Amino acid sequence: MINVENVSKSFTLHNQGAARIPVMHGASFQVAPGECVALVGVSGAGKSTLMRMLYGNYLAQSGRIQIGEVDVASAAPREILQLRRYSLGYVSQFLRVVPRVSTVDVVAEPLLATGWDRSDALARAEILLTRLNVPERLWSLSPTTFSGGEQQRVNIARGFAYDYPALLLDEPTASLDATNRAVVLEMIAAAKARGAAIVGIFHDDAARAQVCDREIDVTAFTPKAVA
Amino acid sequence: MTEYNFAYLDEQTKRMIRRAILKGLAIPGYQVPFASREMPMPYGWGTGGVQVSAAVLTPDDTLKVIDQGADDTTNAISIRRFFEKTAGVAVTEATSDASVIQTRHRIPEEPLRDDQILVYQVPIPEPLRFLEPSEVETRKMHSLEEYGLMHVKLYEDISQHGAIATAYAYPVKVEGRYVMDPSPIPKFDNPKLEMAAIQLFGAGREQRIYAIPPYTQVVSLDFDDYPFEATKADHACDLCGAEDSYLDELIVDDAGARMFMCSDTDYCAKRRAQGHVGAQAAEDAA
Amino acid sequence: MTPLLQVTDIAKFYGQRIGCTGVSFDLYPGEVMGIVGESGSGKSTLLNCLAGHLTPDRGSVCFDTRADGLRDTVSMSEPERRMLSRTDWAFVHQHARDGLRMNVSAGGNVGERLMAVGARHYGDIREAATDWLGRVEISVDRIDDRPTAFSGGMQQRLQIARNLVTGPRLVFMDEPTGGLDVSVQARLLDLLRGLVREMNLSAIIVTHDLAVVRLLADRLMVMKDGHVVETGLTDQVLDDPQHRYTQLLVSSVLQV
Repeated sequence: MINVENVSKSFTLHNQGAARIPVMHGASFQVAPGECVALVGVSGAGKSTLMRMLYGNYLAQSGRIQIGEVDVASAAPREILQLRRYSLGYVSQFLRVVPRVSTVDVVAEPLLATGWDRSDALARAEILLTRLNVPERLWSLSPTTFSGGEQQRVNIARGFAYDYPALLLDEPTASLDATNRAVVLEMIAAAKARGAAIVGIFHDDAARAQVCDREIDVTAFTPKAVA
Repeated sequence: MTEYNFAYLDEQTKRMIRRAILKGLAIPGYQVPFASREMPMPYGWGTGGVQVSAAVLTPDDTLKVIDQGADDTTNAISIRRFFEKTAGVAVTEATSDASVIQTRHRIPEEPLRDDQILVYQVPIPEPLRFLEPSEVETRKMHSLEEYGLMHVKLYEDISQHGAIATAYAYPVKVEGRYVMDPSPIPKFDNPKLEMAAIQLFGAGREQRIYAIPPYTQVVSLDFDDYPFEATKADHACDLCGAEDSYLDELIVDDAGARMFMCSDTDYCAKRRAQGHVGAQAAEDAA
Repeated sequence: MTPLLQVTDIAKFYGQRIGCTGVSFDLYPGEVMGIVGESGSGKSTLLNCLAGHLTPDRGSVCFDTRADGLRDTVSMSEPERRMLSRTDWAFVHQHARDGLRMNVSAGGNVGERLMAVGARHYGDIREAATDWLGRVEISVDRIDDRPTAFSGGMQQRLQIARNLVTGPRLVFMDEPTGGLDVSVQARLLDLLRGLVREMNLSAIIVTHDLAVVRLLADRLMVMKDGHVVETGLTDQVLDDPQHRYTQLLVSSVLQV
């Protein structure tokens, strides 16, 4: 499902003396449907950078990032938008939404974007919020004012609302209590079971051991000059 | 009368105005710009109508001038005298005897014939003006037939008054093409705009002439669920008893008593001469 | 799939000075594209060329018309273009008073486009206006008030209702949240996002506010001195800008 081949990346800072900072070189790996793979490596090794390249958020300099039928490294914006809508989910560490939109709408949005009927989408959002123990009195409020843990759970509900065939998880269990952590791990296991290909970053060793099939050490892709 | 050229204006000017009139007749409802002249009367006293009348009058014509239907107001009398003096034409108060009728704010009740010309005095010729101040834009709207704005005006009427409250200068569409301001005639007169006579409209200050040829289709704008109605006071004339004429309302004493009478003085007088009697007249006789 | 709008090599010059030049892009149904750049970068000139308010000196702006498919709106006749601009196109001005009739009631403002395309049933027009005021969150009891009595945010929402009532497919927006309070901006952005999705609208939004494009736009075009210097997915351009100018623009935004 996910096929990364010889991907490299560097940042050129035009306004700081055109400094060129290579951050990744020769990254290659595959993730099969139903498989969950963890990116590991010391802080700054490029886990998040690689994740962002998989999502099309950072431009890859060279190589191929095949997700389903689409090569994210060379696709037009329109193709990436389609991919994100129907095939590639992303649970980031940060919630970025319009300030006024209610929590239940935030969670339902990915479903509405794929053409779900509004009442069906809201019903599904409510099921997810219930499962993640987000109190019902918060559903009609904007999540922008929520605590870190609450925001994280809203983010997860949103990321799992639609059954994407490929899923990127950035620290999904960070700032969660034991109960909710268990719920999230169950949800990841369920996604694997339905055949999703998952790439994740987990600082939580136990969680990683529980849901991940293997680890990829990103340090191997760190350019020598930097390492 | 040798001091003035026939009908005051010089022949060149009359030719220029006639060209504008002919163009107006060729494009019914279209406002033709013309080089309006200074006339020996103030703007608002019918300088546009007077120039059009001057351009169409011939020595054999008989002229009638009405103001709000009456032959005896200051405005009507001064214009009538003006042409008596400068053109030496015959004048009349009888609608049927006139070959040219200059009018302000009314159409005579008596149906006009195809050998007559009705000349209107027009203060503001542009029906779109109150909603669109730009002349460039209104001209474009006319040329592209973009008349939605006209209905916005009627919409505003209904939303504010529960009915189309526009009672005079009610906009019409001429021959399915140009939207036209029929001058401030009461909307009661709108159905008469389809007539046998030639109708010419002159706006002196605004320098526009437009026309409706005989038997041209003239449709008053409206909504499907708020159709056009040619309304008048729900009363009969207290002098002649006419029930089909447009009425003026008159307060007759300090107690607020009122009477209704035909706005068309010639029509009323003629009916009374024929023996028709209204409520007031009957009372007086008793 | 046919693009809704196909822009090819648009250029506009003011004498010797470049308004904008060499602009080409395709916009597909349902896509929202942001155009950012500083004052004088040519973004407003470009928007006005696209919307038919200015005639470009070069290039074509092809729109997928309902009747005849792709047609160049630059070379089509003025009546056709004006018809497009009150049916399939909409234009939201930065200053609501440029896009509203201030001496006409809110209902009349919304109804005008309907009447312009031939609506002649007062009850139906009134109903559509009522529906649209509700959709832009203006209380229906304000339907007969003039926009002069409205706040800036309400005026802007009224302008949006007035533009969308005929179900356009392409909306041009010039700094739609400019000059509004931040809290009012958020409400407007949310409203626009909802409408864009529900109506499957395509939109081109000119703004200098990067937060606006991050929330509204799928794609981004960065302009400087009349040239397009960078294009791409909105989040990619903002998070991993490639061009010197874009990097400067992104790094100049104060973080809150």
